[in-house]
Amino acid sequence: MTDSKYFTTTKKGEIFELKAELNSDKKEKKKEAVKKVIASMTVGKDVSALFPDVVNCMQTDNLELKKLVYLYLMNYAKSQPDMAIMAVNTFVKDCEDPNPLIRALAVRTMGCIRVDKITEYLCEPLRKCLKDEDPYVRKTAAVCVAKLHDINAQLVEDQGFLDTLKDLISDSNPMVVANAVAALSEIAESHPSSNLLDLNPQSINKLLTALNECTEWGQIFILDCLANYTPKDDREAQSICERVTPRLSHANSAVVLSAVKVLMKFMEMLSKDLDYYGTLLKKLAPPLVTLLSAEPELQYVALRNINLIVQKRPEILKHEMKVFFVKYNDPIYVKLEKLDIMIRLASQANIAQVLAELKEYATEVDVDFVRKAVRAIGRCAIKVEQSAERCVSTLLDLIQTKVNYVVQEAIVVIKDIFRKYPNKYESVIATLCENLDSLDEPEARAAMIWIVGEYAERIDNADELLESFLEGFHDESTQVQLQLLTAIVKLFLKKPTETQELVQQVLSLATQDSDNPDLRDRGYIYWRLLSTDPVAAKEVVLAEKPLISEETDLIEPTLLDELICYIGTLASVYHKPPSAFVEGGRGVVHKSLPPRTASNESTESPETAPAGAPSGEQPDVIPTQGDLLGDLLNLDLGPPVSGPPLATSSVQMGAVDLLGGGLDSLIGGPNFVAPPAAAVPANLGATMGSGLSDLFDLTSGVGTLSGSYVAPKAVWLPAMKAKGLEISGTFTRQVGSISMDLQLTNKALQVMTDFAIQFNRNSFGLAPAAPLQVHAPLSPNQTVEISLPLNTVGSVMKMEPLNNLQVAVKNNIDVFYFSTLYPLHILFVEDGKMDRQMFLATWKDIPNENEAQFQIRDCPLNAEAVSSRLQSSNIFTVAKRNVEGQDMLYQSLKLTNGIWVLAELRIQPGNPSFTEYSVHD
Amino acid sequence: MLTAPSSRPSGLARLQGRKGEVHLQPACSGPRPKRFRLVGVPRRASAQGEDLAIHGEPEYQQLGPQPQASALEDKLLTHLNRRPVRGWRPDELGKMIHSLFLINCSGDIFLEKHWKSVVSQSVCDYFFEAQEKAADVENVPPVISTPHHYLISIYRDKLFFVSVIQTEVPPLFVIEFLHRVADTFQDYFGECSEAAIKDNVVIVYELLEEMLDNGFPLATESNILKELIKPPTILRSVVNSITGSSNVGDTLPTGQLSNIPWRRAGVKYTNNEAYFDVVEEIDAIIDKSGSTVFAEIQGVIDACIKLSGMPDLSLSFMNPRLLDDVSFHPCIRFKRWESERVLSFIPPDGNFRLISYRVSSQNLVAIPVYVKHSISFKENSSCGRFDITIGPKQNMGKTIEGITVTVHMPKVVLNMNLTPTQGSYTFDPVTKVLTWDVGKITPQKLPSLKGLVNLQSGAPKPEENPSLNIQFKIQQLAISGLKVNRLDMYGEKYKPFKGVKYVTKAGKFQVRT
Repeated sequence: MTDSKYFTTTKKGEIFELKAELNSDKKEKKKEAVKKVIASMTVGKDVSALFPDVVNCMQTDNLELKKLVYLYLMNYAKSQPDMAIMAVNTFVKDCEDPNPLIRALAVRTMGCIRVDKITEYLCEPLRKCLKDEDPYVRKTAAVCVAKLHDINAQLVEDQGFLDTLKDLISDSNPMVVANAVAALSEIAESHPSSNLLDLNPQSINKLLTALNECTEWGQIFILDCLANYTPKDDREAQSICERVTPRLSHANSAVVLSAVKVLMKFMEMLSKDLDYYGTLLKKLAPPLVTLLSAEPELQYVALRNINLIVQKRPEILKHEMKVFFVKYNDPIYVKLEKLDIMIRLASQANIAQVLAELKEYATEVDVDFVRKAVRAIGRCAIKVEQSAERCVSTLLDLIQTKVNYVVQEAIVVIKDIFRKYPNKYESVIATLCENLDSLDEPEARAAMIWIVGEYAERIDNADELLESFLEGFHDESTQVQLQLLTAIVKLFLKKPTETQELVQQVLSLATQDSDNPDLRDRGYIYWRLLSTDPVAAKEVVLAEKPLISEETDLIEPTLLDELICYIGTLASVYHKPPSAFVEGGRGVVHKSLPPRTASNESTESPETAPAGAPSGEQPDVIPTQGDLLGDLLNLDLGPPVSGPPLATSSVQMGAVDLLGGGLDSLIGGPNFVAPPAAAVPANLGATMGSGLSDLFDLTSGVGTLSGSYVAPKAVWLPAMKAKGLEISGTFTRQVGSISMDLQLTNKALQVMTDFAIQFNRNSFGLAPAAPLQVHAPLSPNQTVEISLPLNTVGSVMKMEPLNNLQVAVKNNIDVFYFSTLYPLHILFVEDGKMDRQMFLATWKDIPNENEAQFQIRDCPLNAEAVSSRLQSSNIFTVAKRNVEGQDMLYQSLKLTNGIWVLAELRIQPGNPSFTEYSVHD
Repeated sequence: MLTAPSSRPSGLARLQGRKGEVHLQPACSGPRPKRFRLVGVPRRASAQGEDLAIHGEPEYQQLGPQPQASALEDKLLTHLNRRPVRGWRPDELGKMIHSLFLINCSGDIFLEKHWKSVVSQSVCDYFFEAQEKAADVENVPPVISTPHHYLISIYRDKLFFVSVIQTEVPPLFVIEFLHRVADTFQDYFGECSEAAIKDNVVIVYELLEEMLDNGFPLATESNILKELIKPPTILRSVVNSITGSSNVGDTLPTGQLSNIPWRRAGVKYTNNEAYFDVVEEIDAIIDKSGSTVFAEIQGVIDACIKLSGMPDLSLSFMNPRLLDDVSFHPCIRFKRWESERVLSFIPPDGNFRLISYRVSSQNLVAIPVYVKHSISFKENSSCGRFDITIGPKQNMGKTIEGITVTVHMPKVVLNMNLTPTQGSYTFDPVTKVLTWDVGKITPQKLPSLKGLVNLQSGAPKPEENPSLNIQFKIQQLAISGLKVNRLDMYGEKYKPFKGVKYVTKAGKFQVRT
C-alpha cells in the first residue's frame, strides 16, 4: 500500500469526496483524507477550499494527524486568515503540552503562519517557550523570533524578544546558541544599522565553544557570524584562527568554506613573519583541494571561490596545479572554471605542464571549451614571459590543424601576444596570412586586419591583403570596418606612395557610405588629420602603445578584498558585491578586510583602531559623522572620530527638528506642520544633529580663528562603485566662503583624466563656484586634494533630507553619482547676530509648531566656553541670564537664504546636560 | 521654478535634461543598468567613439587586450549577469531556502514544498530555459538567477532538486542540504526516484518539514529523523492500516539535544557488530604515451555499526601518516586525531561515512592497469582502425576485475566492427558510446578489442581523439597501502564482532589517446 494512490484521484468532485471523508467519524478515514489533501498540495493543486474541514481535524492526540494538519495550515493560512484564527486556541493549548515535542511543534508552526492576527496570540506562548526548560523547545523558539520579526518587526522589539534572544547566546546548550545566532543574523540582515550581534571577546568565546559542539548547520551560522567580527589585535585574531582551523576537516563543504572565509579574513591581521602565518597557509590548501572531489555542483561553487582565493593569496595553491586539470566528463561549467584557475596559477615552474594540458584540451570535442583553451594559451603567453615563445609555437601547431574555430581563436590571441611583445614574433605572420580566407568570425577578421596594419611595413603585400577585405566593406561588422579603416591609415602612413588610392577609398567608404556614427567620426578625424598635418597624424596613429599585461583580467583589489569577506556566499559565485544584488535602500554595509593591528601598537595610538574600518563601513549615502550632536559636545576627549554612528538618537532628533521644521515650513508653504520629533527620519536627524555636535567639538586651540568646525573627511564614493575612483571629502566654511574639500584617489589600474563635477539642484542652492581643477592626470594609486569653492546661487529644490546633496563626477572613464549630506553650519552667515529687541519680539511671534526642544548630554563646558565655541561657527549669543542656578543662553543664527533661527540654551551646572529650546522664523 | 546655474562645467553636458534642469540620478536611488565585469572579460579602456581622437591610439579601445568570452561562457555569464540589479520585497528577506521543487528528466514538476509563502511553479521556467541551453542534463549550471529569486539546483539520480532562494545565502549550504535530502530519501526508501517519492509522498512531506524550519536545517541526521518519522516497511504499513497507529514518533529524539546529536539512545542488538569498509578510488589522467599526468586517491572509510548502548570506539592505523588531508564525520574527536593519530568516536547507529581522505603524492598512487591503444582514421577514406589492449601493472598481486572500458567516439563514426578476445562490447550509434565489458584480467592472455571503424563518407577525418574511460575493481586491497591496526571499544561490556574490508576502484580514470 503506497501513497501513489493519492495521485490518481484527479476526477471531478474530488473535493466533495474529500470533504465528506474529512468530516467522517472514523479516525483512520480522517487521516487518510488529510493525507490525500497533502498529496494534492504537493503537486501544486489548490485544495484551500477544504480549509475549515482540515482545521477541524486539528484537535487530536494523534501526533501524525496533528503534524499533517499543521503542514496544511502553513501552506494555506495566508489565503484564509479568518479561518486560521480558529486554530489559535489549539496552538496555545499545545504550547502548554507536557510533551516538549508538541510544545516545539506548536510554536514552530505558529511562527510559520504569516497572519497578523495570529501573531498577537503568539507572543505569550513564545515568551514562555524562549525560557522553556527543554532546550529543544528553546532552540525552536529562537528561530520563531526571527519568523515573527519578519512578519512584524515592531512587535518583536516592543515585546523585548530581541533581548531574550541575545541572552540565548549564552545558553548552556550549543544548539540553542547556534539557532540564536542564526536568528539574530537574519534579523540583523534586515536592520544593518542595528547593533544586534554585538560581538565582544566574551561572546566570541562562547560562540567558539558552541562551535565545537553544535550541528554542522549551526557551525555554518556561527562561522559566518564570526567572520563579521573584527579582532582587536593580531593575538586575538590568531587565537580565533587556531580554534577555527579544526573545522577545515569537516565533512560538510559549507562548513569548510565558511571556516576558510574566517581564516582568510583574519589572516589579513597576522604578520607574514609569524610562524603561524605560514602554518595557516599550509593548512588551507588541502581542504580547498578536497572540495574539488565533491559533487560537481559543490565543485562549481568551490571553484568560483578558489578563483578569488588564488587572486588574493596565490601562495596557498601554487603547488596544486594538477588538481585543476580538466577531466573530460566534468560538466562544462566546471571545466571553464578550472581553466580559469589554471591560468591564474600558471608560472614559470609549471608552464610546461600547463601548456601540454591546454594543447590536449584544444583537441577536445566541445567547441566552446576548445576555444577557451586556445585563449588560455594566449593568456599564459602574456602572463609568463619566459614561456611566450613556447606558447606561440603551440598556437602555431594548433593553426596547422586547420580546424576552423581553432585557427580563428588562435589568431585572436596571437594579436594579444603581439601587443605584449611587439616586434618579437612577426615571423609567424606568414603562417597566419595563409589562413586569411578561412576567417569568418568578425573578431578573428578584425584581429588579422590589426596585425596586418600594425606590421604593414614588413608585409610586402599588405596593401593587397587589406584591399581584399575592402571589397566587401559594407557586409563586414562594425568591429571589422573600424579596424580596416585604422589599418589602412596605418599602412598609408608607413607606405604613402603606393597606397594613396586605397586610403582615399576607405575614407570615402567610411565617411560617405556608412550610417555608423563611430565609423564616420573616426573616418573624418583621420581624414582631417591626414589632410592638415600628416606628421601629427603619424604621431597620433602610430603612437607607441601601452603594453598589455596579465593584470587586465584580475579583479580590482578593492573589490577583491570585499569579495574575500563574502567567501561562500552568492556574491562570491557572481564575483559581485552584494550591493549589486540588493537595492540600496536596504542599506547594505560594505565589508572590508580588517587592517593589520599589532597588539602592542594598539594601545598607544587610539586613532588606528577606528581608522581601521573606514571605507568599508560607509553606506551609500554617507554619513557617519552622523552624530554631530552626540559628539559635538563630547569634545576634548580626543581627536574627532568619524566612527560608527552612535546611539544618541534622542539628541539628534531634536536638533534636526529645530532646523528642519522651520525650513520646511518656509519652503513647503503654509500647509506644513512641523512633525513631532519622533517622526523625523533618522538620517535627517543624524546630520543636523551631527552639525551641532561638531560645532561643540572644536577644541579651543584649533580652528577658532579660522572659522567653523570642519568634519573629518568621509568616503563619499567608494572605489568599487566608481571603477576605481575613490572620493572622500568634507565641507568647510572660512571667512564667509564655503568650500568642499575633496580628496580623489585612483584605485584603478589606469590613468584618470578629464575630471568635472556638477551638483543637482538642492535645498540651499549650493553650486560649485569654479570648475573642478585637477591639473595632472591621476595615475594609479595617486591621491590628489582639491578645494572646490561653492556658492549658494544655484537653483533650489527641496531635498529629502534637507541637507542632501547629489553630486555627479565625471572622468575619462565614466560618470559617477553619489549623494552626501552637508553640515548645515556651513550655511550660517557671519551677520547672524540679531538685535536684542528684535530677538524678544521675534521669539514671541514664533508659532508653536515651529518650536523644538532637545537635550545635549555629556557636555562638560560652561556657558562662556559654549558661547565662544558656538560663535566661531556663527551662532551668536544675544543674551544670557541665570535662573535658579542655571545659565540660560539666547542665541541666533542666520542661514544663507535669510532664514533666522533662534535658540535658548539651558546649562545646568554640575550636570553635563544641556537643554535647548529652539525656535525659528 | 529657478533657473539653472550659469557656470556649468562643460564636460557634463550630457547630464542635462530638458529645460536646462540637471537631472541626476544618485547612486542610491533606484536601479541603473550596469554591466559587470567577470573574470576573463577584459576591462575596456574607456568609452568608444567620440573620445577617440584624443587618446592617441584609436584601436586601443577597439581591440580588447585579452581574450573575450566565448559564446558559451557568454551564455553562462548572461545567466550570472542577467539581472544585476534587483530589489526584494522586504517581507521576503532573510529566508534561506524558500521552496523546493522536484523535477524529473522529462521536465515534470512532481513535488513542491514551500517553507514560506507559496512561490509559483512558473519560477521553474527559468530553470527549464537553462536546461534547454545546456546540451546535457549534467551541464545545467547549479546557480541560476531570476528577477526575484535564485535557483540553486542539484542533479541526483536522474532528478533535479531545485531550491528557490530569495536572499544572500551560502550556496554550498543549500547544495549540501539538497544532497542531504536526497541521501535521506535514499536511506528511507532504498532509492531516490520519482516512483519512490510518489509512493511515500506523505513521509516525504513530513521529512522535509522536519529537516528545515524557516530555512534553518533542523534535523538532518538519519538517526534522529528515524526516531521522529519511522521509515516505511511493508510490515509497518500493513500493521498501521490495521491498527491505525502512525509512523510518527511521539517522543523527543534523545540525540537531538545531547552533545552527540548523531546517536540515538537505547540502541539494542543481540549481535553486536562493527564493520568498516575502506574504499579507495583512483582518479587519474594518463596521457597518450602512458605516463601519468595526474593521479590521486579519494578514499573513504564507511562504517556499519550495530552496537548496543553508548560504545566509545577508537580505530588506529598501521600507517596513519598517509592521512594528511582528511574530512571527518562530526563524531570524531579532532584533538585525539591531532595528538595521537587515532580516530576516537561515539558512532552513530547504522551506516555512515566515518572519514574521507585524499592521497595525492604521486609516488603513493599506483596505477594498476595499462592500456595499449592505436586508434587511427585514414585521410579521405570512410574507415579507421581501432585496437586496444589492457594489461595489469602494479596490482600488488591481486586480481583486477570488473573492468569496463567506455569510449565516446567522434560524431562522424557511424558504426564499429570489432572483435573482443574477451567479454562483450556494444556501440550505440546515437550517442556514439562504445562500451566494452571486459571482466577479469588474466595475465596469460591480455584482453584486447580490435577492428574497423566506419565513418560517415565524405566527412573530414575527426580531429579529436576519444578518451578511454576505464572502470575496474580490486578486492582486498587499499591501493594507498592504508591498513587498519585495531579497533578498541570502551564504555560497554560486551564483545563485539569486528570486521574490515578493503576495496580499490577506478574513479575518474581516463586514458587519452
